[in-house]
Amino acid sequence: MPPAIQCEAMAEDALLLRFGDTIDLAINARVHTAASHLRQRWPELECVPAYASLLLRFDPNEWSSTSGRTPHQRLGDVVQDALNNLSTESVDTRLVDIPVHYGDTDGPDLVEVAAITELSIDEVITRHCATEYRVAMLGFAPGFPYLLGLDPALAVRRRTDPRQRVPAGSVAIGGSQTGIYPDELPGGWQLIGRTPQRLFDITADTPSLLAAGDRVRFHAIDEATFQQLAATKSR
Amino acid sequence: MSVTVIKPGLSSTLQDAGRPGFAALGVGRAGAMDGPAWQLANALAGNHHGEAAIECTLVGPTLHFTQPAVIALTGAAISAYIDGRSIPMWTRCQLPADSVLQLGGMAVGCRSYLAVRGGFDVRPILGSRSSDLHAKLGYAHGRALRAGDELPLGIATPLRWSHDMEDAHCLPWSIDPHPWFDFAFQPLALLPGSHSKLLDDNSQQLLNNGKFILSKDSNRTASRLDGHTLSLRRSLELISEATLPGTLQLPPSGQPIALLAEAPVTGGYPRIGQIAAVDLPRLAQRRPGDTVCFRQTTLDEASLRQAGQQQRLTRLLRTLTERLEHSRWKRLP
Repeated sequence: MPPAIQCEAMAEDALLLRFGDTIDLAINARVHTAASHLRQRWPELECVPAYASLLLRFDPNEWSSTSGRTPHQRLGDVVQDALNNLSTESVDTRLVDIPVHYGDTDGPDLVEVAAITELSIDEVITRHCATEYRVAMLGFAPGFPYLLGLDPALAVRRRTDPRQRVPAGSVAIGGSQTGIYPDELPGGWQLIGRTPQRLFDITADTPSLLAAGDRVRFHAIDEATFQQLAATKSR
Repeated sequence: MSVTVIKPGLSSTLQDAGRPGFAALGVGRAGAMDGPAWQLANALAGNHHGEAAIECTLVGPTLHFTQPAVIALTGAAISAYIDGRSIPMWTRCQLPADSVLQLGGMAVGCRSYLAVRGGFDVRPILGSRSSDLHAKLGYAHGRALRAGDELPLGIATPLRWSHDMEDAHCLPWSIDPHPWFDFAFQPLALLPGSHSKLLDDNSQQLLNNGKFILSKDSNRTASRLDGHTLSLRRSLELISEATLPGTLQLPPSGQPIALLAEAPVTGGYPRIGQIAAVDLPRLAQRRPGDTVCFRQTTLDEASLRQAGQQQRLTRLLRTLTERLEHSRWKRLP
């Protein structure tokens, strides 16, 4: 039996479900299993997953009751019931492969990351590509994935002087996490490479390449391949 | 048909009801900061489908209308002139072809809404024409208006009592702004946040009884509140969770930050309250230097007040449609 879910009324139309209070793959997987189940069952609920919590935004009129329970209480009860009977097996998730050109001008902090971690540049790249990551949540900017699963040897502190402009597609390490900047943004993470893949495209049917819960793998490409792929994407 | 921006004002953006439903992708709702004022501007202009209007901030834009247009202004009391003649707010005005609408500063408040019949017909992004300056979504990649911008207008059926007029006209009546604009700066109702109980005694006192000052570090994403420094009984290491417009966060500086329409969808600061949804338009109308006070509320009270406000608005919108049908223009004084 998984630990109980805590419900917190956050706003008039918002209920926060807490599954834990740490950044943990198993807890995060429960969040995504719950989100996927609730979306299927109540498509009109808006589910916003984070590391260990899931925000539900709902229409209080739809969840009012005659028994004196508030809409938050009623939704909380119904959701708890639905999730308690859910298997803890995680749902099938997609594996998305992301090509990255590591180092050079695309990864200006790679040398520093290698120095801090006392690994060779090749070792940093090999280790970054060796893991399968999980998109814990999207946030900060449209389509920005917070990825769990970074090799602890690669954890490096954020930069003391954040950049005003990080180029779109930059692959970065911030603390024990890794992420990809979907657009040109300010940012303080260490930039180790860049992908030609577009992460957020408002003209696409699904605007975000990645969804919370997806699995991600990086593979190293050289600069020529990067240019070639970038040219195909912009066409 | 389009409107040309001659002067952009301080930070004028196109806004509608926003883009709900995409928070899981990292996309916030954005939308008009003062929802009722935006809705009333649209209703007065004769728009019934949530059309985009211009949200002006502190200083409004100067606009050139090549074609005759029907407009309405609501929200903060803004100076508004058509070719040198002052026009009233909270009513409907008709501009002749080749008019220049000059919006200036606001006597009180922070945001005014200019709706034009037909609405600003820019390309919707994820179902909304709102500009999200933070997420860079909307008209011209989510930026504020600039001089030279040509804003396309949607097509609206001509008003049946409209005719070619050489002068600007308005209606002989206007809506009473008092229910829709908080001239008294009343305290904002605050729901408890996840970490409210962790505030030390002095900070709890200050949050409930203190006067905060809206900082100049305020925009559509968030307002920082100066005047008092709050602290928690013990420091917290939190992991990011969903945040909402109205979430009151306490960063390490001790200066509370109220998240607004363009709030990021997640955040990791302690949450010391959630401003009642019905009071968010009031906060949107405070300008840097204005006071902000809070009072505790409950979910029941906040929900009831919001439902009441929604009912009043729905009622007014219904009577407006009726009244506008039977009104006649009068020449501007």
